[in-house]
Amino acid sequence: MSEKVGVYICHCGANIAGVVDVAALSHWAGELPDVAVARDYKFMCSSLGQELIEKDIQELGLTRVVVAACSPHLHEATFRNCCKRAGLNPYLFEMASIREQVSWVTANKTVALEKSKALISGAVHRVIHNQALEPIIVDINPNVLVVGGGITGIQAALEIADAGYHVYLVEREPSIGGHMAQFDKTFPTLDCSACILTPKMFSAGTHPNITLLTWSEVEKVDGYVGNFTVKVRQKARKVNTELCTGCGICEQKCPKKVIDTVFEAGMGLRKAVYTPFPQAVPKYPVMDVQNCTFFQKGTCKACEKFCPTGAIDFKQEDKVVSFDVGNIILATGWDLFDCRRIPQYGYGRLANVYNSLEFERLSNAAGPTGGKVILRDGVTVPQSVGIIHCVGSRDKNYNPYCSAICCMQSLKFAHLVKEKTGAQVYNFYIDIRTPLKAYDEFYQHILETDETRFVRGKVAEVTDAARLPGEEGKLIIQVEDTLIGKQRRIPVDMVILSAGLEPRHDAKEVAKLFGIGCSADQWFIERHPKLDPVATMTEGVFVAGVCQGPKDIPLSVTQGAAAAARVIGLVNRKQVSLEPVRASVNAEQCSGCRICNNQCPFNAISFLVDKGVSEINPALCQGCGTCVAACPAGAITGSHYTNAQILSQIEGILEVELGQREAVPA
Amino acid sequence: MAKPKFAMYWAASCGGCEIAVLNIAEKILDVDANFDVVFWPVAMDAKYKDVEGMSDGEITLCLFNGGIRNDENERLAKLLRKKSAVLVAFGSCANEGCIPGLANLTSGKAVIETAFSTVSTDNPHNVRPAYDYPAAEGELHIPRMYETLKTLDQVVPVDYYMPGCPPESHQIATVIDLVIAALKGEAKLPPAGAVIGAGNSTVCDECSRKRSEKLIKEFRRTWQIPMDQQECLLEQGILCSGMATRSGCNARCPAANMPCIGCYGPAPDVVDQGARMMSAVSSVIDSKDPAEIERILDGIVDPAGTFYRFGLASSLLHRAKAQ
Amino acid sequence: MSDNNQFEPVIVGFTCNWCSYRAADAAGMARIKYSPNVRLIRLMCSGRIDPQFVLKALSEGADGVLITGCHPGDCHYVEQNYKTLRRYALLKRTLRQMGLEDNRVRLVWASAAEGRILAEEIDKFVSDVRALGPLNWIKMATTTYVDPAPASA
Repeated sequence: MSEKVGVYICHCGANIAGVVDVAALSHWAGELPDVAVARDYKFMCSSLGQELIEKDIQELGLTRVVVAACSPHLHEATFRNCCKRAGLNPYLFEMASIREQVSWVTANKTVALEKSKALISGAVHRVIHNQALEPIIVDINPNVLVVGGGITGIQAALEIADAGYHVYLVEREPSIGGHMAQFDKTFPTLDCSACILTPKMFSAGTHPNITLLTWSEVEKVDGYVGNFTVKVRQKARKVNTELCTGCGICEQKCPKKVIDTVFEAGMGLRKAVYTPFPQAVPKYPVMDVQNCTFFQKGTCKACEKFCPTGAIDFKQEDKVVSFDVGNIILATGWDLFDCRRIPQYGYGRLANVYNSLEFERLSNAAGPTGGKVILRDGVTVPQSVGIIHCVGSRDKNYNPYCSAICCMQSLKFAHLVKEKTGAQVYNFYIDIRTPLKAYDEFYQHILETDETRFVRGKVAEVTDAARLPGEEGKLIIQVEDTLIGKQRRIPVDMVILSAGLEPRHDAKEVAKLFGIGCSADQWFIERHPKLDPVATMTEGVFVAGVCQGPKDIPLSVTQGAAAAARVIGLVNRKQVSLEPVRASVNAEQCSGCRICNNQCPFNAISFLVDKGVSEINPALCQGCGTCVAACPAGAITGSHYTNAQILSQIEGILEVELGQREAVPA
Repeated sequence: MAKPKFAMYWAASCGGCEIAVLNIAEKILDVDANFDVVFWPVAMDAKYKDVEGMSDGEITLCLFNGGIRNDENERLAKLLRKKSAVLVAFGSCANEGCIPGLANLTSGKAVIETAFSTVSTDNPHNVRPAYDYPAAEGELHIPRMYETLKTLDQVVPVDYYMPGCPPESHQIATVIDLVIAALKGEAKLPPAGAVIGAGNSTVCDECSRKRSEKLIKEFRRTWQIPMDQQECLLEQGILCSGMATRSGCNARCPAANMPCIGCYGPAPDVVDQGARMMSAVSSVIDSKDPAEIERILDGIVDPAGTFYRFGLASSLLHRAKAQ
Repeated sequence: MSDNNQFEPVIVGFTCNWCSYRAADAAGMARIKYSPNVRLIRLMCSGRIDPQFVLKALSEGADGVLITGCHPGDCHYVEQNYKTLRRYALLKRTLRQMGLEDNRVRLVWASAAEGRILAEEIDKFVSDVRALGPLNWIKMATTTYVDPAPASA
């Protein structure tokens, strides 16, 4: 059956018509095979222009439409809707970009006309092979999975739970709270971190719409937007939470003390059965079997003996729970840069060099020193403290990016040290970055009132090798003060390394598990860096907080809430309509060779062992077409970008010759 | 009633297709019982002028094997097309050029030179063929060789395509049964242009080896490793063309622990088998580093010869660029 | 554009929807004038580029083929452009065996912001292909006879 194609050429005022002879183009297009009508018009996108197309579709019975105008990124949706209004499937439409690709970039009018012809010829050839497509409609399960129980995940979970939908909040550690629970004060207002966080943790722990799964990790995710099935491994706490009252006696009685490298950042001790901190949510302890005397030596059981409710259960095993959700928010946070990677700063070698999390614990009233800023000997109050900025950040050797929080964190440290010890504080910085609300005011305040010295320069070395008088027994910071252009050696008692934020060590595996992407730095990739910052390329999977890139608490909370809003919006719609540009496997032609199986970053392709063929889940497919190109049997078709469409377009654009075709002898 | 007429012709081919036909064993008696064999140069004495004397469409079934290497091949192709009701491109050479088609990677001149002047050639007087030779008895001619080997359907329209190097005997037998049944009005022939005597998927479909996801760090040749009998050959780094080759042979080579070399041609709806192979194989290379990718690709010593071993003459490019 | 009667190659370019096609848009919006010889085809991702498309273009009369996509690490579909990179590497090796000059098929990465870079790369590519002269592959399958006479006799 031959098609009736309508070709519409836009003048775009003088934007196109000023360079391309639109009348000649229109006349030429009208003569093409299968073209029933060709018109040119001043502004095709205007309502009059669109009516022209609609009228032709209805009166001339056009079966295909080509508009030669601007970039499809500008008006493809406009003209698709125009076709739809006139009763033509919107996918039976093609656009040729003769403005961005011809009139705006070509000076020579003859050539501009030829190139326009080539693009139109390609579009006409292609559109004949276009197929009518319908959007894919899927139902949305209203339940939501939030991965990560830091402040971002808590915020997201609470927003959704408050909106009336059920949330599964999964946290790897024994308690929710994340890094924020470790902090003493928060910049720039110096609120007590626990004071503002604890109520939120409590709400999340008691909310009727939130199922808290701590000491748990997501193991498997299947399905697609609206219809995910999630498997979560609940690690054995060895404590029966049905019976446990959280009284803390087990922890009190446990004889085994272990350095707490997680919550206390190595600064304090915990027991082998423990809750990481008193306000932990949930209140139930976990048993660290690697360090438990009973598990290691076979005797002890002090916790079991003293537990008033008989909640200790040494035989408890990991449990895998499975549930369905419609949307997923990843708020998996960050790891601290390992300062050992910069040996010249002495971290791990020189006792009084601290990283930022260690200092947080040191200055925390609930921390191992009760908030006393003292040196590692446990008694000495430092007289002088050096804070080094950008440790591991903005450095080609480690991480090129700015960790966004370290300037403010360092200023906060400076203030806390001054307040608690009266010590002389030095900040060693490359640039001070304080761009957000009340941040620079905080900086100015520190500058004006705290007598903190600011030295602009990247620290070369922290050493205990004294060379000059007054350096003995001190840590000497060697730095070029770039404002005065001199090398300086500044002896101090304590050094704080303001270490950068890094993606979680397992970010890549987590990204793979959820079918989303990681940048080269391994931060999760958002759908659009500006206009779609919490969505990802996988529908139904959102990212929030630092896992997407370094940010402070207010921004993390904002993203948590934003992701929640996106999810609530989707859930409220009950159904979602997906673009039908997808790949599909013809099972008849598929030989089950499995070449395509690892081509999809969205996990849309699965191999059906019983049928011996591969299958593509249309709801997971994002339509890139990579598997289509990979399939050696030609068994995969990518709708709207079929081989027939593209090969015809190639033929079409090559039908129009361009100027001088033969080589001219030199 | 006169029996329907059968013809078989070889153009640029090795004769294996003929052997495959004879290899259908006693089924050959059915051919004889149902057909009058009028022209089959390899099996019987026949003169071109006998064929020229036939009326158009008189031959009911003609199996044409071999590629079009010279003007005689093309003349016979045109003649048999005219005289045959059903013309079948029989075997890989007629379908897609096959091994003779690999000559398209080089020039016709180089082909002649290779044949007549390499070290292993005993040609002390450096003799070359001449198309025309004025002998005492009169002017002698030999066929003129083409620069580019062509496939049958590049010179005449073809009714059916039967792939394979050679087509498997069980497939030939099936096709013969079908044609006989169709002649008796008991079966219907497939639509013109169809591929017959083959499957609709690829060789992997018939291969019993265990397959999993593919990640290739190194390509190897068959003699470089002891090949596992159960595991997919490609997953062992052996370039096996099974995934891009039409099914129908029962995966005979992989079953014998050798990689498929692609003789059944492209899968249904595929234009260019070599392109499909290239795309598939490179897609599963396990590296993102350009230098490492190149190092891994060094393991494919002859990409064009490997991926276009059978299909070069029918591929999108047909041949290498003339230098 | 036969200003100085020079040969004007016809080039087919493949772009991805997210980076390189938008780079062409950006070049347009910035009114950057560049060689008109390249006709772009929009795909969703450079990962859709099937070697068949390149071969088709060359066999149908294109003098060169330009393949473009997002920069490695920036793929809109996470990592599909790495597959493009691998396929391109193998395709180039095969084409080299087919006697095709290296400069006739080229891979260029261009982000949505790199309109100017895309325009410059197109200019460079066009000038390189122009230097090679017409490809005329379409005519190469026509019948010519081999001269059997010895090479040096």
